[in-house]
Amino acid sequence: MTVATEPRGELRLWLAQRASAAVLALCVAVHLALIIYAVRGGLSAAEILGRTRGSVAWLAFYLLFVAAVAVHAPIGVRTVLREMTAWRGRSLDLAAGAFGIFIAVFGARAVWGLFQ
Amino acid sequence: MSEQPDSGPALAVKVWRGRETGGFQEFRVPRQANQTVLDVVTWIQRHLDPTLSYRFACRVGMCGSCAMTVNGTPRWTCRTHVSKVEQGGAVTIAPLDNLPVVKDLAADMTAFFDKWQRAGGHFVPPEERPADFVAVPPGTRERRAADAGIECIGCGVCYAACDIVRWNPDYLGPAALNRAWTLVNDVRDAGGDARLAAVAGDAGCHACHSQENCRQHCPKHINPTAAIAGLKRATAVALLKGRL
Amino acid sequence: MTAVPGGRPSSWRKGAHPSYAAFVVHRASGLALALFLPVHFWALGQAIQGEATLDGFLRWTERPAVKLAEIVLVMLLAAHFAGGLRLLFLEFVGWRDWQKAAVAAGAGFSVAAGLLFLLNLVG
Repeated sequence: MTVATEPRGELRLWLAQRASAAVLALCVAVHLALIIYAVRGGLSAAEILGRTRGSVAWLAFYLLFVAAVAVHAPIGVRTVLREMTAWRGRSLDLAAGAFGIFIAVFGARAVWGLFQ
Repeated sequence: MSEQPDSGPALAVKVWRGRETGGFQEFRVPRQANQTVLDVVTWIQRHLDPTLSYRFACRVGMCGSCAMTVNGTPRWTCRTHVSKVEQGGAVTIAPLDNLPVVKDLAADMTAFFDKWQRAGGHFVPPEERPADFVAVPPGTRERRAADAGIECIGCGVCYAACDIVRWNPDYLGPAALNRAWTLVNDVRDAGGDARLAAVAGDAGCHACHSQENCRQHCPKHINPTAAIAGLKRATAVALLKGRL
Repeated sequence: MTAVPGGRPSSWRKGAHPSYAAFVVHRASGLALALFLPVHFWALGQAIQGEATLDGFLRWTERPAVKLAEIVLVMLLAAHFAGGLRLLFLEFVGWRDWQKAAVAAGAGFSVAAGLLFLLNLVG
């Protein structure tokens, strides 16, 4: 039995997926509760911004949320594509990485926009 | 076995003929009391078409040789009563999925057993013989985990049922991984981290999505999903401790 | 069974049990949510252009078709979350024989989330 290097990489991805899932378990619980609460009486910019503007707590929470999603979603999508399409290898890995960077950047941008 | 036909219309039986390409051939088979799908296949081969190829051995649900796809699900044909699976008087019989076809209903099990080896599914004795017999209390967590999986007879039903085996040709499969887990839990085995490395990664336990087709279809009621989850934990611990 | 041209037919009946259905829901909801993310961030990013712009966008979301989509998204998120909890437990704590019940509970949670959201929308 030889120790292949590739399995270790996949193991690390699996672990990162589960770790980010654990973080998201908390974030999504809060997010779902907030969504259901906030939609009462309709959504308004004033209500949302009143909560998020200048709040370091919400900033930190949402940045953590974005970071966890930026890890979790690309790994998940990569797995689905590898199993259900013919796409695999380096190009898929790079595309998944790019998706992760996209989520991180645009997510952080949106969070910042709500904070300032 | 009595060959006196039962009353009632004959069964319409579609049987796969050929290899990867081929087609279903239809036969009409008289009904018998307590008829199993293996009885049906045997009757066809003896009375209608001697060129039909199929595998069986014990006929009594002990060896797993007669596993085939019956009306879309993998099962032991000797343990499948026609009355339980027939749909409107019709039964469709094909070889096990996810394996090459030797001929007709006989599948090529080579890859299945190769993966068993690749998963480290064999006992590794320690370098030095222990001074005394190793005590293996039956009630320990490890022994109960091993006992839950050691009754596997390698019939291939779980392998045929698994989507991941179908989508990922390298995937070791539920039976091989289940066997590896029984050895990980065997306190006498010295396979250690090398076996964990063998079952880690994309071809190993981390490809499993816990669909549980394996557990659902296993005729011995073994739970490879649980075993694979155990391997995920063991490999994660080994990685975090720098052993992998 | 569906026939593959010239080849053996594939059999789908193997997946006729709760854990498989849970897998399908988890994968489908995950893909849908991943596709929704860029839209979500774009929408929230409207706030960068000021409160009025965000308000304008939010008023656009008042239309029934959008609200229906939001209910679906809430249910997808709740389903993916509940299924994920079940998997995290299965993988890190161990398999238990209440898997089927856990799948059912997840489905119930998703429906409840959708209903609560709907109630708060109209109430």
